[in-house]
Amino acid sequence: MSDKEGRAPESQKPLVVEKPDDTSKIGGMVSMEINERKVQVPLGTTILEACRQNDIHIPTLCHHDDLCTAGVCRVCVVEVEGMRTLQAACAYPVTNPLKIKTSTPLVRKARKHIIDLLISEHYGECYSCFRNNNCELQSLAKEYGVDHYNFGHVQKPRYEIDKSSFSVVRDLDKCVLCKRCVRTCIDLQEVGVLEAIDRGDKTRIDTFMDKPLADVICINCGQCINRCPTGALRANDPRDEIWAAIDDPNKHVVMQTAPSPRAAIAEEFGIPAGKSMTGEMNTAIRRLGFDKVFDTNFTADLTIMEEGTELIIRLFQALVEKKEGVALPQFTSCSPGWVKYLEHFYPEYIPNLSSAKSPQQMFGALIKTYYAKENNIDPKDVVSVALMPCAAKKFECNRPEMTDSGYKDVDFGLTTRELAQMIKEGGIHLPEMPQTHFDDPFGDASGAGLIFGATGGVMEAAIRTVVELVTGKKAEDLFENANVMPVRGFEGVKYAELPIPVVGPVPEILKALVPNWDWLKGATLKVAVCHGTANAKKVMDDIKAGGKFSECHFIEFMACPGGCLGGGGQPIPTTPEIRKARAKAIYTEDESLPLRKSHENEHVASIYDKFLTDGPCGHISHKLLHTHYTPRGKYID
Amino acid sequence: MEMKKNRQGAVLFSDYTRGKSIEKVVGMPRGDVLAEVKESKLKGRGGAGFPTATKWMLTAAAVAEKKYIICNADEGEPGTFKDRVLLDEYPALVFDGMVIGGYVTGAHEGILYLRGEYSYMKKGLENYLEEMRKDNLLGVNIAGKEGFNFDINIKMGSGAYICGEETALIESLEGQRGEPRNKPPFPVNTGFMGCPTAVNNVETLAAISHIVVKGGKWYQKYGTDKSSGSKLFSVSGDCKKPGVFELPWGTTITDLLKLVDADNVKAVQVGGASGVCIPKSQFDRKLAYEDAATGGSIMIFNESRDMLHILKNFMEFFVEESCGQCTPCRIGNVKLLEGVEMIESGNYTFSYITKLKELGQSMQVASKCGLGQSSPNSFLSILENFRDEIFNNGNGGVNVR
Ligand SMILES: Cc1cc2nc3c(=O)[nH]c(=O)nc-3n(C[C@H](O)[C@H](O)[C@H](O)COP(=O)(O)O)c2cc1C
Ligand code: SF4
Ligand code: SF4
Ligand code: SF4
Ligand code: SF4
Ligand code: FES
Repeated sequence: MSDKEGRAPESQKPLVVEKPDDTSKIGGMVSMEINERKVQVPLGTTILEACRQNDIHIPTLCHHDDLCTAGVCRVCVVEVEGMRTLQAACAYPVTNPLKIKTSTPLVRKARKHIIDLLISEHYGECYSCFRNNNCELQSLAKEYGVDHYNFGHVQKPRYEIDKSSFSVVRDLDKCVLCKRCVRTCIDLQEVGVLEAIDRGDKTRIDTFMDKPLADVICINCGQCINRCPTGALRANDPRDEIWAAIDDPNKHVVMQTAPSPRAAIAEEFGIPAGKSMTGEMNTAIRRLGFDKVFDTNFTADLTIMEEGTELIIRLFQALVEKKEGVALPQFTSCSPGWVKYLEHFYPEYIPNLSSAKSPQQMFGALIKTYYAKENNIDPKDVVSVALMPCAAKKFECNRPEMTDSGYKDVDFGLTTRELAQMIKEGGIHLPEMPQTHFDDPFGDASGAGLIFGATGGVMEAAIRTVVELVTGKKAEDLFENANVMPVRGFEGVKYAELPIPVVGPVPEILKALVPNWDWLKGATLKVAVCHGTANAKKVMDDIKAGGKFSECHFIEFMACPGGCLGGGGQPIPTTPEIRKARAKAIYTEDESLPLRKSHENEHVASIYDKFLTDGPCGHISHKLLHTHYTPRGKYID
Repeated sequence: MEMKKNRQGAVLFSDYTRGKSIEKVVGMPRGDVLAEVKESKLKGRGGAGFPTATKWMLTAAAVAEKKYIICNADEGEPGTFKDRVLLDEYPALVFDGMVIGGYVTGAHEGILYLRGEYSYMKKGLENYLEEMRKDNLLGVNIAGKEGFNFDINIKMGSGAYICGEETALIESLEGQRGEPRNKPPFPVNTGFMGCPTAVNNVETLAAISHIVVKGGKWYQKYGTDKSSGSKLFSVSGDCKKPGVFELPWGTTITDLLKLVDADNVKAVQVGGASGVCIPKSQFDRKLAYEDAATGGSIMIFNESRDMLHILKNFMEFFVEESCGQCTPCRIGNVKLLEGVEMIESGNYTFSYITKLKELGQSMQVASKCGLGQSSPNSFLSILENFRDEIFNNGNGGVNVR
């Protein structure tokens, strides 16, 4: 899924030959010998892939399935007959018949030496490291039976830990210089804040001008964390503060949980990706001592109402009122990594961003106002925690503008990994928990809110609602099972056109905004979806150039590859297969829910009745549920 | 430009008039030119010794809209200055060679990648290129040949030794960090800006100009069977006549030492820091690809020199000049240097030194590029060939483990 073009060095592009299903198109199969066994592989397969296809294990460190080839760690070396030196399996494409050996004395010795060298320079102790038991360096050491330091060991740290960022902590003493973070930040995210600098033994990964991460254009996506093989990168962890709040009897600690963590947290307990543990997780959260556990999908439903209404208003202004300068296409704003990306790289497009807050922040604003009032709790005693798949959410809740309740709307962003850690600390084995439901009043949410977790989910949720509100027909009549397939899947950029042949009556809730739908009759709604900011860049550049995406009405942008389910706070490792499995878990759960459209959520209707009384995009909702953005630019001094 | 010295040499330093080879090739089919180069058995002079005809054939065979000829004038190997002499005194040979490369491979652009320290030459060379343009030896329809277009640009190197490695050079030209690429794909397929690119050393290209005019057979007369032609040697160190000399391949070290008037010689480092150190007992060895190979650097050390100290300098060089990309080279060289320092202070065990030698062997096979693959050479050869001197340094061995 990753696009290996991007800003990757020329050298990395041709290494992975695109392999169509019909291999004869590119020259067919090549026969090779692996450890004296004859096998056939498609032309251009790397030695590593060829070995994996034939169940032969090759150790790797710098290789990552999502990224361009690096070929720098050298632990994957193998013998290729006729070559004087060993070759890196991850970087060697098979284009002619080869004979290779993967475990000769020369190979084993070289690999062992490389691991010994890496460890000799590695400052860090596994028992005080968050990657303990999930670290690729540690497992290599185990795989090669390292039992002492063959080439000495560093005694002192060389670098200071960079804790400046709300989202990402860098501890370079644990860095093995695999450059996965560099490649992630460039190839997948097109941000490029990390680069190797200096030469020789002084080589290190650094930011522009050695600045702290908080002072560069990092978008806080945390994708580099998920792809770092060691503990050199980690999220800024609020567990201690949250435990303290839980232990404080005067605090009312509530947790909202985003859709993606529930689809992935089981992985932290040794269960293969693809199993949701929503009910088990709710129970565990309560047993940890949280007072309430709510479903962020509720505010996802609310987001659809607000963002959908905003879209209708923009369209009405542009098409009917013929107002000048209506910013279209409208961009989604629920991914804080994306929002910061836009603020840095395309600040002139800020007007296109929906002013609706992300579900996390809508929730925060409601908890300390509506919820506190309804339950007679002083909002200053409420500690609001957001369980998110995301590193950027930690930054988002610290944005100065996110205090519309009069307090910090969300106190802490907690990642899936960190919650799993708390659950373990609490002595709980998640898979054994009984299943329980979320707490009212934010407990019932639709499947539309749930699928926000996958790329295309926000769009699908919006489409389910918008088509029903506009056409008066059921989404099920237009899409089989109300599954909007054209916007699903992991393609980097998706585009879809939805003709509106008929229109229905304007529903009550929108009557104040539009007189009728006649102006949409016969129109075609054009939408697009993209994930990973490298893909966002493509769409944005196309819009700037006046291409087809500039004619879209609504575009969903997610900073992370795969959408939130691939977020920077999700369990490590991440691979295309793992993300697919998580998506499947989310879509399966959506189909099992009785309620699958945001506007059908009764609790959403009731909050507009009781609290946001002037309706979607009304004054109250504008005060609490909408926000503004900051042009930042590419250069920071 | 500096006055031309009257250099002696049968092949490279023999007579040549600018444009002669170009005028000759434009009347020949490409294939015939390639055949002549093949006949000469010319191998690359940049160090790796890859047959030039094969490199050009592969570049010519690659299908692409754009192709490039790059002349590698990064000359960073300590103790080498022969490319400087060629560019300074014989630019016609080098540039004509590039034009011929363009003709044979179908490239229309040539790039001279000039070592940063040689920037003083840039102006003069640019003037020279301008003259060639005036004489229709560059530009469009060169030497009257319809459709034969080729021009040369000069780009300055970035000052790192590793940028002499051809793929790091290309990365650096593309504006990236100078780090060697994975091979395959090789530059002949996927080089500068992803286009087929032949990277040739200055001296290789200079030889081409002569070969084209005088023939592959003539060239082959010089040198040995496996190393045809002549070679420029940059001789430095303990001798009375250091400098650049043209000698046929196959010259013995003893003969060379005589020529440069060196006595009391203990060791000769052939091939620069990444080469091997040859002791007196082996001075009958031949300078040739098949024996003591070199990109040109010859360093002479007399009896007063401390071999361990020399080795330490080499290792410090590699610790600093490694691009830092791959593990064996980045950390391995640090470990080898530490080993040298341990020996220096007497704080070593033989078993640890043996471990380091094994590490050196792993570095030779597992490093990503030629730098890491050859950086242990001097460590291994000096410790082997000068055992007695080094391990009897008066400090004795103290157990560290
Ligand atoms: C570390 C390193 C440094 C190198 N430096 C140079 C150099 O300064 N000049 C050069 O011509 N080749 C250098 N080479 C060799 C080039 O990679 C390449 O093989 C050569 O330019 C090809 O030209 P040739 O075939 O004419 O020898 C270097 C190789 C390595 C590994
Ligand atoms: S990064 Fe890995 S090897 Fe290093 S201390 Fe952490 S767990 Fe251990
Ligand atoms: S968090 Fe995202 S933007 Fe920041 S350094 Fe990591 S990959 Fe780059
Ligand atoms: S920080 Fe992590 S991902 Fe980046 S180079 Fe270091 S070890 Fe690799
Ligand atoms: S061998 Fe050394 S110079 Fe070559 S790629 Fe590896 S680290 Fe860089
Ligand atoms: S995994 Fe192949 S070189 Fe790192």
